[in-house]
Amino acid sequence: MDKYLPYIMVAIYLIAAFPILKKAVRNIRHGEIFDENFLMTVASIGALILGEYIEGISVMVLYRIGEYLQDRAVARSRESISGLMDIRPDYANIEKDGELVRVDPSELAVGSVIVIKPGERIPADGEVIEGFSSLDTAAITGESLPRDVEPGSEVYSGTINLNAVLRVRVTAPASESTAARILDLVENATSRRAKAEKFITKFARYYTPAVCGAAALLMVLPPLLFRQPWSVWVSRGLIFLVVSCPCALIISIPLGFFAGIGAASSRGILVKGGNYLEALTKVDTLVFDKTGTLTRGIFKVASAHPADGMDRDGLIELACLAEAFSDHPISRSLEDSYGKPVDRSRVSEAEEHAGHGVSATVDGRRISCGNIKLMRSLGIGCEESSEPGTAVYVAADGRYLGCIVISDELKPDSAQAVKELKAAGLKKLVMLTGDKSVIANKVASELSIDEVYGDLLPQDKVEKTRELKKELPEGRILGFVGDGINDAPVLAASGLGIAMGGMGSAAAVEAADIVLMNDRPSDVATAVKIAKKTMRIIYEDIAFSLFVKIGVLILAAFGFANMWLAIFADVGVCMIAILNSMRALRVN
Amino acid sequence: MRKSFEVKGIDCPNCAAKLERNIQKIKGCEDAVVSYATMKLTLEADDDKFEKVLDEACALTRKLEPEWEIVR
Repeated sequence: MDKYLPYIMVAIYLIAAFPILKKAVRNIRHGEIFDENFLMTVASIGALILGEYIEGISVMVLYRIGEYLQDRAVARSRESISGLMDIRPDYANIEKDGELVRVDPSELAVGSVIVIKPGERIPADGEVIEGFSSLDTAAITGESLPRDVEPGSEVYSGTINLNAVLRVRVTAPASESTAARILDLVENATSRRAKAEKFITKFARYYTPAVCGAAALLMVLPPLLFRQPWSVWVSRGLIFLVVSCPCALIISIPLGFFAGIGAASSRGILVKGGNYLEALTKVDTLVFDKTGTLTRGIFKVASAHPADGMDRDGLIELACLAEAFSDHPISRSLEDSYGKPVDRSRVSEAEEHAGHGVSATVDGRRISCGNIKLMRSLGIGCEESSEPGTAVYVAADGRYLGCIVISDELKPDSAQAVKELKAAGLKKLVMLTGDKSVIANKVASELSIDEVYGDLLPQDKVEKTRELKKELPEGRILGFVGDGINDAPVLAASGLGIAMGGMGSAAAVEAADIVLMNDRPSDVATAVKIAKKTMRIIYEDIAFSLFVKIGVLILAAFGFANMWLAIFADVGVCMIAILNSMRALRVN
Repeated sequence: MRKSFEVKGIDCPNCAAKLERNIQKIKGCEDAVVSYATMKLTLEADDDKFEKVLDEACALTRKLEPEWEIVR
């Protein structure tokens, strides 16, 4: 039996190793010698020659199991961002001779009319010309509440029509549609590499040949110079070869970045590249735009000051009814504050005073509702409000009833965002705005923002950003967060541009490095957390892999390491690094 | 112009790096990145030369490894 053992072992080896051997031979023919297939081939054949059959076979079997697990891990992370890729529309319906015909969205011309049935994905950006429905925009904006659309509303490709048939006039070709832009952004993300990733790629190119050279010297020199036994030193050299495989780093680092980018995109945060994830961890100063970024840009009743004999609810009710026939934003904010359905039958003879306000007869009383100029023109004496915001004064039959202040409202998570960003280690938070300094200061103090600059023109914002950037120490980064409207120059001037509000402005998305699909400032904090976690994982991978490998190399040189330890230092370390990288996928 | 393409058959990170190095050498190619993680080639070249560079990249990919294919 013993006589046949070597043949049986070699046969098992060949079955186990065939795919690797094939690759190694092919790569050598292409002039790529020092790849992992080659290293494994030399090491395992070397082990066979030394009579260490089990080791030789194990090297290959474990290496292949490792490869398989790696493939699975990579495939899984690929799938995890495919949810985002799901926004690609498959077809569009157009009407032809009274019948609906399915066409490829890329064939749609600007101006053509498409029909979208309930449940279908909107295939192109366009404007509704017929139909009332609501859209599920979660895939594009991350917003979970459906958005109502009516004739005249803009619709984005990639969103889903929920209720009723819509007719939509296409306004952008498929290649420039919202869905196409998002897909393009995500697909390009892994092509922008972080410094850590570039370092590893370069490192691997020198490291592998260097270790191979060291292995060769280790095999040859001691026996030649010091008459040491060949088998001992060749065996140690083979261990070197197995350990030297850099795959732990080459796979786990890009995978870590990819997982981080994937985790971010699952939260509606599109990071345009691993380098921006890296940059995010180096931000010291973060500059915010105010309106639309920290505040909603939507107006709401901030306070009501009823005159003697009036109460708050009565004042708002009267104002709301008087404004019932106006489509001014103020009317909507009053209605929101009133909170009950508006009974328009109580209102008659509504009249608009352009630039001043409205008058209407409510329950038989003549109500006037508007700014201070309206009150003056009606000869009504009242005190002018000094509160930040828009003041609406209300009078009935010439008697002053009170005043309601309507102002832009902070986003519900702005304060939380500021707190979380500070906790995440950002040094300075700054707010820039074109708004009045009074309002700006109030907002900043409510949010405990460190520095605030109001009354700025767009070009002042760029200038201010540059100044703040100069104050930073070398290597630290200034980030800018804006809602994208008029922000493109500032986004470009900052070290790291973050655009909020999804696909609001194509120019901003182009200029930004990170795009937040949601309107939430707290997503900036989430992005920072994801970035920090990802970078920590990547440095862990690098440190752990190098530590184990160099440790085993040293042990091997002195004869304290066997082939099993070497296999662990290669495949085992690789798997641990990959599993560690996959942690970047989870956000808590 | 910068555009991404799926690359079929890339089964190791070194293979991706090798393809990337070779495509980068094509004349007219401004930048090329092959990502093993996403199985994507991102190619950057002048608009008027783009098709030519892409043709060459496709031919090169086939030559390096018959199993690899750039999906256009």
